Amino acid sequence: MTGLYEEIREEPAADVPVRRVSITVNGAKRTADVEPRLLLAHLLRQGFTLTGTHVGCDTTNCGACTVLLDGQPVKSCTMLAVQADGHEVTTVEGLAGPSELHPIQEGFSDEHGLQCGFCTPGMMLAAKALLETNPDPTEDEVRWALSGNLCRCTGYQNIVKSILWAARKLQSQAGT
Amino acid sequence: MTQARDEIKIGGLGASRKRVEDNRFVRGKGRYVDDIVLPGMLHMEILRSPLAHARITSIDVSKAWQIPGVRLVLTGDMMAARNLAWMPTLSYDTQAVLATDKVRFQGQEVACVVADDPYIAKDACEAIVVEYEPLPVIVNPAQAVAEGAPVIRDDKENQPDNVVFTWEVGDKAGTDRAFAQADVVSTLDLHYPRSHPSPLECCGSIADFDRSTSKLTVYMTTQAPHIIRAAVALVAELPEHMIRIVSPDLGGGFGNKVPVYPGYVASILASILLERPVKWIEDKTGNLISTGFGRDIYLRGEMALRNDGKILGVRMYTDSDHGAFFSDAQPSKFKIGLLHSAFSCYDIPVAHLVNRGVYTNKAPGGVAYRCSFRVTEAMYFQERMVQAAADDLGMDQAEFRRRNFVRDDDFPHRTPWGFLTDSGQYGKCLDVGLEAIGYQDFLTEKEEARKQGRLLGIGISTMTEPLGAGNSREYDILGIKMFDSAELRVHITGKAILRTGAKSQGQGHETTWAQIVAHELGIPAEDITVEEGDTDTAPFGMGTYASRSTPVAGAAVSMVARKVRAKARKLAAHLLEVSEEDIEWELGRFYVRSAPDHGVTIQECAIAAYSNMPDGMEPGLENVAYYDPPNLTWPFGCYIATVEVDPQTGVWDVLRVVAVDDCGVRINPMIVEGQIMGGLTEAYAMANMQFITFDAQGNCVGSNYMDYLLPTAWETPGYELHEVVTPSPHHPIGAKGVGECATVGGPAAFVNAVMDAIRDTGVRNIDMPLLPDRVYEALTKRHDVSGAPPVRTDDE
Repeated sequence: MTGLYEEIREEPAADVPVRRVSITVNGAKRTADVEPRLLLAHLLRQGFTLTGTHVGCDTTNCGACTVLLDGQPVKSCTMLAVQADGHEVTTVEGLAGPSELHPIQEGFSDEHGLQCGFCTPGMMLAAKALLETNPDPTEDEVRWALSGNLCRCTGYQNIVKSILWAARKLQSQAGT
Repeated sequence: MTQARDEIKIGGLGASRKRVEDNRFVRGKGRYVDDIVLPGMLHMEILRSPLAHARITSIDVSKAWQIPGVRLVLTGDMMAARNLAWMPTLSYDTQAVLATDKVRFQGQEVACVVADDPYIAKDACEAIVVEYEPLPVIVNPAQAVAEGAPVIRDDKENQPDNVVFTWEVGDKAGTDRAFAQADVVSTLDLHYPRSHPSPLECCGSIADFDRSTSKLTVYMTTQAPHIIRAAVALVAELPEHMIRIVSPDLGGGFGNKVPVYPGYVASILASILLERPVKWIEDKTGNLISTGFGRDIYLRGEMALRNDGKILGVRMYTDSDHGAFFSDAQPSKFKIGLLHSAFSCYDIPVAHLVNRGVYTNKAPGGVAYRCSFRVTEAMYFQERMVQAAADDLGMDQAEFRRRNFVRDDDFPHRTPWGFLTDSGQYGKCLDVGLEAIGYQDFLTEKEEARKQGRLLGIGISTMTEPLGAGNSREYDILGIKMFDSAELRVHITGKAILRTGAKSQGQGHETTWAQIVAHELGIPAEDITVEEGDTDTAPFGMGTYASRSTPVAGAAVSMVARKVRAKARKLAAHLLEVSEEDIEWELGRFYVRSAPDHGVTIQECAIAAYSNMPDGMEPGLENVAYYDPPNLTWPFGCYIATVEVDPQTGVWDVLRVVAVDDCGVRINPMIVEGQIMGGLTEAYAMANMQFITFDAQGNCVGSNYMDYLLPTAWETPGYELHEVVTPSPHHPIGAKGVGECATVGGPAAFVNAVMDAIRDTGVRNIDMPLLPDRVYEALTKRHDVSGAPPVRTDDE
């Protein structure tokens, strides 16, 4: 643990500027004193040890660091932790229920939507945001919704199939 | 038939088994290097050169040391004091770890800072003051060999110029004679631009030196952990048994994670000096501007043709740009990799190839980017030349290929450049592809569209490529023969653990290796754990790149399972109380030939190996196999793309893509298809957008994902996949490599399609990527468009 993202101590360190942030991460409220320049991705990964959020490009292009901020996909590698203060964040670790995988996770496994797995958390969260507003998307709508997320392994075709698989499953669950 | 059905049920050969890796990845529980946290771990950042060629006049690190939390600042002089300023490359060259005399490319490593956290380390890097004296910059081969060009590698003795090597193969005199008899000589000048493999995960390492045990553990992003262990032993002069390299989950590799990088070495030295774990995680710009790129070769290609379409001979003269250090990982006998595998699917009587490799002020590399050592360039050049030749003869491009293919009954076939191809059904693959795309119908549609001013085009690319280096006669890296290995241990209850010398980066070895064991032993795949990447536990292997896992390590898996089965047979004979000769094998079970109902399962044999072995038999049921393949495997690919070019903008859209792959027996069809679709996307990317170029000052244009364009789900076309199966005649289960095939064969299909669409302009070539402005220039100016980088002029 480094000085950048220690959990709350009685006395904050003297000469490092510190801001206190409270973020609800995957349903649990987390409070930490952070340097104002600390990136949200780093707080999640190193501070909260939620390493499923990956840092790929540092410039908002690849989307490996995508998390949901109040349900909207954001790139946590170019968002400051202090900007998330008071908000709700969902990471990949928050997708699965206590006993079973989320249908999007099942879809990725079922349709071979991942190879190295590095882009997968970001892809799934972008997909979650899509399916919550558009439960029955077309292939083109899926492709457009993923256009902020890069994958170097799969060529996307199976990722699209995975998300359409999840959409069908979620709809059938909603219908029953 | 029953056996085949049973085999699918236990997840054996041919089962599209769901990947066992996925459960952790979809939960975000993959364990990549940057996810690993060790107690007391420090963080390292690298200061890189902003200039491409400059003498270092001074480095002032005093301000960096003053920043609280800084633990160590490393410079070239400090490395030199420990004989670590330079390191050997995998191609018998040397590479600077931290620059001492001068910097030779933009992004070269100049200094390192180790600090309590990465933010402090980065601050401290910015506080280091380096003064440079700029030198003239060389960014392409033409400049490198020009008279009076500055010598980039003035650190080397016997290096009077910028030529790294000249490599020649084939019969020059015979080729000259063939050209003298040609009816038509077809020529083409091409550039395969520099590209970067760019796995999403950048490179990184955590070095952990424990003084109390003298053991160095390095967690790192490497596709070849055992090669790294050997390299570290040599470079750091540490005893090899005291070095443990662990390659955990890798976020892609594509050849980028084969070489040894300065960051690894610096983090190791820092850990030894500080006696604490030191983590180095590269940022994307560092990855793109300093680590192994791919391609960057110029071609003058010539083909001697007879009027009836027969190819009489081929010449390829190429210049390869290796950057400032020759640090490709090539088999040592083949300086320009397997570039001479070009034209292997065609029956060419005679050919001659000369490659000149040069140093330039660009990042080092020339790695096998999803490629068996320059095979990607070979097949692109081949298929572009083939299309130009067909055009020059006025012949249909499919028919021209068919006339020149090596025929099915001509195997084994010796190519003019020395390869021995062993199997294939080239004509059949082409037929399947043409049928799938509806070739004749498309030609009609294209003519109709042409009348309305619409530009449709169809491109074909067919190729066989050598995958699975090597055989030890011909293939080695730094003298280490390119075999691979597998170790199988069957536990008392019939479950098992398998370890190999390969290293998955997304290929799914944990799933597919278990399928091979299931095929050989009848143990259900789900009962087999697969482990790779830890040099303390895995048998020695050369790692995963160049599509060699299935051809070499996969074969070793088969062979080790067969060794285990041979011992299990003895146990079965003991249990069944008959002699070994009276026993038959079916999937998962030995039985008495004369009484088929009387048998024992492989699991019962496993129990016996620990509890009821015959007198004199060594207990246990395990073995290791080192596999040295007799030849490469020769998969074949036929890729066909149709496109429409917008004459107003030069933008081209892909209409359809058909891929026919013959990679022999497929272990897991789902995973094979995943590899092919990923490969096709890289092919599309290179044809369309993905390249890294440099300005005249050697600035990398493409140092981040805003400038280095990679296709997203939105641009990427859909794919239609087909298969033909010609088993490898020598691989134990008939499999061939496949991971890179579509990346190798695909680019020419897209480019040929665009060239076909603009055929009326008379333009013979646009260099990749076929950016809209390049296509527009070709359409409007009606001349070839070269992608060669700019040349510095005197007044700049």
